[in-house]
Amino acid sequence: MTAVAKEATQAQALATEMPSGRTTGWWGMILFVTTEATFFAAALGSYFYIRFQSGQWPPPGIEDPKLTKVLFMTALLLPSSLPVMWAERGIRKGQRWRLRAGLAITLVLGLAFLGMQVWEYSEDLKKHTFTTDAYSSLFYGITTFHGFHVAVGLLMVGWLLAASLRGSFGYRRHERVRLTAIYWHFVDVVWVAIFLSLYLSPRL
Amino acid sequence: MRRRGGHGTGTRRVRPAPALVLLLLLAGCSGGSQSTLHASGAGARRTEGLWWLFFWISVAVFAEVMTLLGWALWRRRRATARVRGGDALGMVSVLGVAIPFVILAVVYGIGLHDLNALASPPGKNAAVNIEVVGHRWWWEVHYPDQPAAVTANEIHIPIGESVRVRLRTADVQHSFWVPNLMPKTDLIAGKVNETWLYTDEAGNYRGQCAEYCGQQHAFMAFLVVAEPRAQFDAWVTAQAQPTTPTLTAAQQRGKAVFEQGSCASCHTVRGTSADGTVGPDLTTIGSRWSIGAGAAPNDAGHLGGWIANSQTIKPGNAMPPQPVAAQDLPDLVAYLQSLK
Amino acid sequence: MSASTEERPSPSTDPQELARLEQEWGERPSVHSFFSTVDHKRIGRRYMITAGAFFILAGMDAMVMRTQLARPNASILSPEEYDQLFTMHGTAMIFLVATPMFFGFGNFLVPLMIGARDMAFPRLNAFGYWVFLFAGSIMFGSQFLGKAPDGGWFGYVPLTDRPYSLGINLDVYSLGLLFLGVSTTIGAINFIVTALKLRAPGMSLNRVPLFVWAIVGTSFMVIFALPALNLDNAMLFLDRRFGAHFFDPHDGGSTLLWQHLFWIFGHPDVYIIVMPALGIVSAVLPAFCRRGVVAYPLMVLAIVTISIISFGVWVHHMFATGLPQLSYSFFSAASTLITIPSGIQIIGWLATMLRGRIVVRTPFLFVVGFIVTFVLGGFTGVMFAITAFDQQVTDSYFVVAHFHYVLFGGAVFPMIAGVYYWLPKFTGKMFSERLGRWAFWLVFIGFNTTFFPMHVAGLFGMPRRVYTYPGDLGWNIPNLISTIGAYVLAVGLLLVLIGVIHAIRRGAPAEDDPWGGDTLEWGTASPPKPYNFAVVPLVHSLHPMWDERTRTALVEGTILTGHRAVQTSELDGQHERVLEMPEPALVPFVNAVGILVVVLGLLWGWYWVAGAGAVIVAGSLARWLWPPERTPEEAGVAR
Repeated sequence: MTAVAKEATQAQALATEMPSGRTTGWWGMILFVTTEATFFAAALGSYFYIRFQSGQWPPPGIEDPKLTKVLFMTALLLPSSLPVMWAERGIRKGQRWRLRAGLAITLVLGLAFLGMQVWEYSEDLKKHTFTTDAYSSLFYGITTFHGFHVAVGLLMVGWLLAASLRGSFGYRRHERVRLTAIYWHFVDVVWVAIFLSLYLSPRL
Repeated sequence: MRRRGGHGTGTRRVRPAPALVLLLLLAGCSGGSQSTLHASGAGARRTEGLWWLFFWISVAVFAEVMTLLGWALWRRRRATARVRGGDALGMVSVLGVAIPFVILAVVYGIGLHDLNALASPPGKNAAVNIEVVGHRWWWEVHYPDQPAAVTANEIHIPIGESVRVRLRTADVQHSFWVPNLMPKTDLIAGKVNETWLYTDEAGNYRGQCAEYCGQQHAFMAFLVVAEPRAQFDAWVTAQAQPTTPTLTAAQQRGKAVFEQGSCASCHTVRGTSADGTVGPDLTTIGSRWSIGAGAAPNDAGHLGGWIANSQTIKPGNAMPPQPVAAQDLPDLVAYLQSLK
Repeated sequence: MSASTEERPSPSTDPQELARLEQEWGERPSVHSFFSTVDHKRIGRRYMITAGAFFILAGMDAMVMRTQLARPNASILSPEEYDQLFTMHGTAMIFLVATPMFFGFGNFLVPLMIGARDMAFPRLNAFGYWVFLFAGSIMFGSQFLGKAPDGGWFGYVPLTDRPYSLGINLDVYSLGLLFLGVSTTIGAINFIVTALKLRAPGMSLNRVPLFVWAIVGTSFMVIFALPALNLDNAMLFLDRRFGAHFFDPHDGGSTLLWQHLFWIFGHPDVYIIVMPALGIVSAVLPAFCRRGVVAYPLMVLAIVTISIISFGVWVHHMFATGLPQLSYSFFSAASTLITIPSGIQIIGWLATMLRGRIVVRTPFLFVVGFIVTFVLGGFTGVMFAITAFDQQVTDSYFVVAHFHYVLFGGAVFPMIAGVYYWLPKFTGKMFSERLGRWAFWLVFIGFNTTFFPMHVAGLFGMPRRVYTYPGDLGWNIPNLISTIGAYVLAVGLLLVLIGVIHAIRRGAPAEDDPWGGDTLEWGTASPPKPYNFAVVPLVHSLHPMWDERTRTALVEGTILTGHRAVQTSELDGQHERVLEMPEPALVPFVNAVGILVVVLGLLWGWYWVAGAGAVIVAGSLARWLWPPERTPEEAGVAR
């Protein structure tokens, strides 16, 4: 691009104050999250399909999943959406400090969640492993896949935090903040479904 | 559409159908003993009836579509042909929605009726129970009413009676299909499925695995022999007996080879020390219609060849080439042929 | 609203501005630009060429199989070879040919048809192509090494699981399809967003071309169907490689779970393949009937209905598995009903022909061939919806005949029609009409000779997926006829290829609008300039190129300068803002290579290599999306 054109387009970008309409990025992320959610739905569907074909659930020799740690994990992950929202609202007003602080809090909460998950696994694995039976494969498979999503989400949040420290975002430019927030909320909501299916429902 | 009893022969099927169909049907009717259009069983007769119903509906609708297409192509040749406006919503709604809906509703209703009919055998209560276990690539057949009666790749049923067939698999998924008698039912790992057979016509009906199950899916056939009750009873009773043939000297030597060699570790011959369970029970091998589940005819030459190296006849099957000494092979074959 | 033959006024726009646009959008041919291109037209052509190459390979698989099956008890192929051939033929035709070919059409045409300058995410688009190329190469590579998947395209467990399948063959299948799934998913997202946000101003939803509707419907099906397949393959890989028990009935797993998930994907996938083809038919017809396709609202409704109902019919692939009767009657009803939207479209096209003035050219001939064969495939489709009959003919050659009528008749005929129709736009050259007609008749006759006898073989009880058959069951003649037909068909398809090559090398230069088409792609040069439209089109009707207002505006309007495109509102197509479009970049290619490394590492069990690949992926993504440094003023900072 020529220098003249670049100047011209930058001038234009400044001139468009509040662009209207949903952006292409917003739609892209919504559709991406939709297809991911379908994947999780299929995985949980498989869990219930196999469950309703089995007699005892969890299978004999495996106790119901313990709730204490998982409730604590839920208490970490669910509220972690709030600082993201707060950060997003902040940057919409151009308040960079709110963006940085909100992302940092989310990062800490998310890391704590993953740490708890590792701790929980270390105790579960003493009782049954991924290869014990179909129940175990589903249990570890689904929770690990979710954990992977949390990790990806944390990478995104950390990456965003790094970019925000350099100063790329403001009330005019914060598309990436919005998209990361959508993804993080999704990871959060999926956890609720997993918690209800894998941890609570065997006790019902 | 036709729904009547009686064995279908080739000539009865001839109809003023498109030339190609006719030609091919005739070509096939000369030989096919595994044809869905030669229905002899109560189940297959229903699906054959459905086929002819579908066939004539298809001919009619195809004629309609071709007429419209032909008209459109012919119309362009007229000098007065010009582009007409309008959205043809009426034509699309009637020809594309209303009429198809009526046809489909009728077809669906008839199909549902036949589906219910296929759910259980005529007369509800089955007189004979058979258990079939699918193996790669052969069929193990049990007669639970005579627990000792075990055979392979051959199912005998009495005519005029309902036969309940329980289906399991020992390994991968298979599908039990006797086109002349009954549509398919799959054999699914971890599940027992049921189907039934019913025919009033004595005869041999070839069946075949219909679900891809690996290398020798092509040769996983079996024969259903429908016969009068008395013959059937005699056959089952004979199957249940351990073998007690009076053996010639050669057969005696063959028996020794069988029991002392590797054969006995995989095959059972009831009444002898051979009690392997990997391969088919060979107690009545001498009377079966084929070897290798349809892979070869059951004669001395093929039997010998099979023992020496079955991999050349049915590559991939579980039986390794047998190191049987050349002078022992005819004895072994003679022994096996005596098992009836 | 009629096709006009009058001369369009020559562009009166400023040549200097046009030159500058060309400079800003153009990509000079070089090694760097080969790997960094984001031009949807180049990427679209690449999709089509690559899918075409895979089509030739998978077609050769079929020819070898047909040769083996020409006579009973033939031994040209060993059973293992035959199993690999039929598995690769099916898997490749479904995943590596049909969908990517239509994604190629979509890539090239959707932005042009909606008056946009590129796809919504041009770099993602480039990335999708590279992933497709790599995944396809892995799968066909395995065939050259004799380690191709051999469990059928449907990969039923337990046959594909341990201990029945120990080689690497099925790992290639599961990982290859997962890898490819990445490409298909992001391609679908890209199409939807492009069609939602980048339509030319004035193109409200009721003015969107049917082809674009079809691509969008297809993409939505991909979004919701593909996860089921991905989950299936992920579980299969975990079962095989890491000892999980998802499909192992001895440890609580279920083999039917595989089938349910596979067909929850698999049946929508039939429509994922056919629907873009139906879109091509709707796009080709107006030019050769000299009027728009009739009953536009019903045609759109048909597309939407198919997209939805296709998710409620999967059990008709499992009618012999012994599920409860009640579920059979439900799925049978849904499967019967889904023929109605297809019927609407068939009658819609026939009505269009009846109300138009037909001009017979090669693309139109292929459309006619499509209607004849697709209708025949539709009849057998209804038959398979009726459970009782399905149980008799499923897994026989009858079903092979059925789905070739649907997939070859329904997808490949329109595909070829599309190739001829848009060849002038793709290449800027005209094809030889005579060669085209020869190709049509050979393809049409060859196709029917190949696949019609398969109905008969199936009714005579011949199961599918057998490497050979005994000679006394009445199957010899139908099989021999099929094989002869296959050779005729191959010659026909070869003529199509020769026609394309001949056009590119010797063809006469094409006009911008050789057919008098109704959609916006005909308002661009042949082949289109890198920026597609100098002036952003204004759309006033369903047939913009037959609309004087749009045509005048294209010539007399103001040029949109810069590497920019217009974003509009989802429903009404009202102008929202001007977008800065991404420049070409190497990073999509690097990212795709990263995933390739992950897949190869997993395939060979070198997990540290897979880890290294994951680092490349994460690193290149971070680089890809790293925001530019902005002054506080640019970004907008409070106080």
